[in-house]
Amino acid sequence: MKPPPFTWHGPRSVDEAIAVLGEVGSEGKVLAGGQSLLPVLAMRLAAPAHLVDINAVEGLDTITVDASGVTIGALVRHTGLLRHPAAGNAQPLIPQALSCVAHATIRNRGTTVGSLAHADPSGEMTSVLALLGGSITAQSTRGARTIAAADFFVGPLESTLAPDELVVSAHFPGTVREPGTTSGTAFAEIARRHGDYALCGVAAIARVDAGGALLSLRCGYLSVSEVPLVLELTDAWNDSERAAVELARVGVDPSSDIHATAEYRRSLAGVLTARVARTAIAKARSVPELRAG
Amino acid sequence: MTESRPAGRRLPVTVTVNGVARTADAEPRRTLSDFVRHDLGLTGTHVGCEHGVCGACTVLIDGDPVRSCLVLAVSAQGHDVTTVEGLGQPDTVTELGPVQRAFRDCHALQCGFCTPGFLTTITAGIAENPTPTRDEAVDMIAGNLCRCTGYQNIVEAVLTAARYAAGDDTPGGPAGHGAAGVEH
Ligand SMILES: Cc1cc2nc3c(=O)[nH]c(=O)nc-3n(C[C@H](O)[C@H](O)[C@H](O)COP(=O)(O)OP(=O)(O)OC[C@H]3O[C@@H](n4cnc5c(N)ncnc54)[C@H](O)[C@@H]3O)c2cc1C
Ligand code: FES
Ligand code: FES
Repeated sequence: MKPPPFTWHGPRSVDEAIAVLGEVGSEGKVLAGGQSLLPVLAMRLAAPAHLVDINAVEGLDTITVDASGVTIGALVRHTGLLRHPAAGNAQPLIPQALSCVAHATIRNRGTTVGSLAHADPSGEMTSVLALLGGSITAQSTRGARTIAAADFFVGPLESTLAPDELVVSAHFPGTVREPGTTSGTAFAEIARRHGDYALCGVAAIARVDAGGALLSLRCGYLSVSEVPLVLELTDAWNDSERAAVELARVGVDPSSDIHATAEYRRSLAGVLTARVARTAIAKARSVPELRAG
Repeated sequence: MTESRPAGRRLPVTVTVNGVARTADAEPRRTLSDFVRHDLGLTGTHVGCEHGVCGACTVLIDGDPVRSCLVLAVSAQGHDVTTVEGLGQPDTVTELGPVQRAFRDCHALQCGFCTPGFLTTITAGIAENPTPTRDEAVDMIAGNLCRCTGYQNIVEAVLTAARYAAGDDTPGGPAGHGAAGVEH
């Protein structure tokens, strides 16, 4: 259970980090919080020849909240984001989901951007980024590019990030504020033990009009598909709760493992969809309406 | 300048452990848990699973509980690390810190393998939340596994440690024995 040997690089700036990543190419891996990478190395599931440790890189630990939402640097630890009240106000799904990411001790070290880069379809934040239509910004010696969540996750633990790219930040869109409408969010998951990876988790965003009628309902799923799954449930819900639950049950594509059977996960997806949808819609209806002008 | 350390080469690593700057040679792949145990000789930190699941190896880095098996020693350079050896209070009769006294008084350990990880986690936990409720106490230790105790007495020790740390020395006791500090 010891990591295989690797050459360690300790850059101090983004420029230095991308220079090393450019040199080592596909032989290298970025080391952020290490809460996913070090277990992978300890279990010898990977043996990169070079680790580029970004823990001492300046300027990557900022959280910016503006009208568009929340932008976090690559070294923002889960705990730091969870404890940022302005980030939670701008996008309530962030703290709702983050409090289910692992245990506090893991959150103290693990970074939210690292968990996106890890592209685990069992990760809470990958699913939240996908549901919100967020993006990540990557930098390499070839330049910078911003990748939409929909184009980023391509398979379990697989993203469209190139080996020489460093994710410098991620952007989570904030609550949409449009006159005459209000929105609400909710997150729920089932894990054997609080803090463990979920057997199934669901995030929901609902928008209602001034009369309380549902305009939009979208849910994001984790642990029940190969990439973070987003389902559009508005019409189904307006038809009946049962129709929306059924759509969720057929929409997910879970597999069986030692923790749960596929059928159990599918059943949880239905149950949790009803639960978070009801909560999100109720919250949307209770928000004071934003008036034009 | 990017510092690079070649694979397999043992180079000096300096970490402040329990207030003292300590240096030892280590390979890049050396975890902080192995560094404090094997290179610094501080064997109080225990290693169970080596992949972040059991919590036995928990130390404080700059005051926050972290799995030392999931941090490289080189990444900890320049940081303050507190291990279980740093939790005592040498100027007191028992030389035990409040969390250690609570563990003794509440019978919160049996084999003791998991204990160092609980002690560090709870020390930071009650520093952050000096008056935890029982639910908060349960949540505080949710990331640590114990194969022996069944957790009841550890939860009791969290509540008792919080009182001890606040200067209330009414002794705690094992859960279910009606001792002071046990809420029913
Ligand atoms: C016991 C345990 C339980 C856990 N439970 C959960 C859980 O319930 N839900 C959950 O979501 N996570 C869970 N995690 C994982 C945790 O959230 C990790 O912190 C996270 O997945 C990875 O973040 P990190 O900073 O530790 O990344 P690292 O482990 O350092 O890196 C992970 C991967 O991402 C790459 N990477 C990281 N940062 C960058 C970057 N800036 N640019 C390019 N590539 C990068 C690395 O090269 C590596 O491939 C758990 C971990 C443990 C040990
Ligand atoms: S040994 Fe580190 S968490 Fe188990
Ligand atoms: S006391 Fe034996 S594992 Fe906890």
